[in-house]
Amino acid sequence: MSNENFDPIIVGFFCNWCSYRAADLAGSARIKYPSNVRIIRVMCSGRVDPTFVLKALADGADGVMIAGCHPGECHYINQNYKAMRRYEMLKHTLSAMGVEPERVRLVWASAAEGQQLAEAIDELVGDVRRLGPLHWLQNWDENGQRQKALDDIVKEHEEAMEVSA
Amino acid sequence: MSDKPKGKLAFYWAASCGGCDISLLAIDEKILDVAEAFDIVLWPCATDGKVRDVEKMADGEIDVCLFNGGIRTSEQEYMAQLLRRKSKVLVAFGSCACEGCIPGLTNMNTRQEVFDTVYKEGSATMPENPQDVRPQPATKMPEGTLHLPIFYDTLRTLDQTVEVDYYLPGCPPEAENIWKAIVAILENKLPPKGSVIGLNTTVCDECPRTRGEKKIKKFYRTWEIIPDEETCLLEQGLLCCGIATRAGCGALCPAVNSPCIGCHGANDGVADFGARLMSALASVIDSDDPDEIRRIIEEGIPDPVGNFYRFSLAASQLRRKKKVVRG
Repeated sequence: MSNENFDPIIVGFFCNWCSYRAADLAGSARIKYPSNVRIIRVMCSGRVDPTFVLKALADGADGVMIAGCHPGECHYINQNYKAMRRYEMLKHTLSAMGVEPERVRLVWASAAEGQQLAEAIDELVGDVRRLGPLHWLQNWDENGQRQKALDDIVKEHEEAMEVSA
Repeated sequence: MSDKPKGKLAFYWAASCGGCDISLLAIDEKILDVAEAFDIVLWPCATDGKVRDVEKMADGEIDVCLFNGGIRTSEQEYMAQLLRRKSKVLVAFGSCACEGCIPGLTNMNTRQEVFDTVYKEGSATMPENPQDVRPQPATKMPEGTLHLPIFYDTLRTLDQTVEVDYYLPGCPPEAENIWKAIVAILENKLPPKGSVIGLNTTVCDECPRTRGEKKIKKFYRTWEIIPDEETCLLEQGLLCCGIATRAGCGALCPAVNSPCIGCHGANDGVADFGARLMSALASVIDSDDPDEIRRIIEEGIPDPVGNFYRFSLAASQLRRKKKVVRG
């Protein structure tokens, strides 16, 4: 379902101490990366609750990037290891829910790695573009039959009321 | 209580197992106090009230409606809308109405798949069906057209369907919590609208087991080990949902050496029970190596949705498994 014209929406949760600065560096160094990613600054990749990722996907994102400091370099001792474990847990659950695990990615990028971060964003956008839109809200749709069925019940009950009266 | 005019009470069921109806009787002889305070205008499981009588009532005429069950068919949605209109206070009673519960796990399938399982592959209720007869929403007969409710692809919770005033969690709610809620209603001492009637802490707080630092190298399923009766079940590698589950049951399951399965749902302010559980469980895995972490998770938790969303799939952020688009 490749679609070259499809512009994916990617939500990025970037750590304040490294990846957010890497994105900043990419900007000041005029390194180009796709504008599809909407970056949200968090204090640590360990702050990223799986709820954030699920909410992003349910509310219309096609992919999510979580970016934090390299293992061993966390500003808060070891919270990026927790991010790593949560990410594996989340990917396992997302596969079971029918979401391609490639849509959610954990990336390590230090404040000096603007180039690497730009490449990782480029790669994620390309992969999500190949997968196509997620359109999660469409999953809840009952194909328009719902309202008609409800109207039918109301009509039927009203008719039954008239007969008995 | 007796000098006041009687109020009107409705107790309705939608996609549920009937356990909530039984649980109301678990308040024992206090049911007589309920009958003294209220006329029960509709309770399909136990009394003879008719939907038609409810339809004839004025809006807001029913004082309290306790609604159990999720919304799976058009008929259930109609009843939810009807009872919402006719009731002053609508309570989502039990896990199904609050968050979908076990019937909500069908959100891992579509209507087509559910019907194939029941009508094609055979089931206890339909062992043989060689002509592949399926329920039709409308059937023309000489006397007129007969209608069946339509079956939705996705089960919804009560508050995804109509506005809900209060929530009473549990599968089913425990008798003492039901009674507390009824007393709160009778004495008009209800919390602010939209509240869960119950505690706002986790099952761990009620669990008598000793807790230490949690470090897990392997998750076990309940049949793989006999846990010791003193130590925290999660520390022993059992996937206990107590850390993310609302208290109020008195830690019934851990008390009998069985892990909490999360039937009371999430605490206030938690948007996704499963995500909270994933987050907490991931933190206790004792490894910093991605490959080992992956192995621990995949071997120990073969059914993540069943474990993390056993009661709350329909109320989760994603609500259901992705539907495969045909054609």
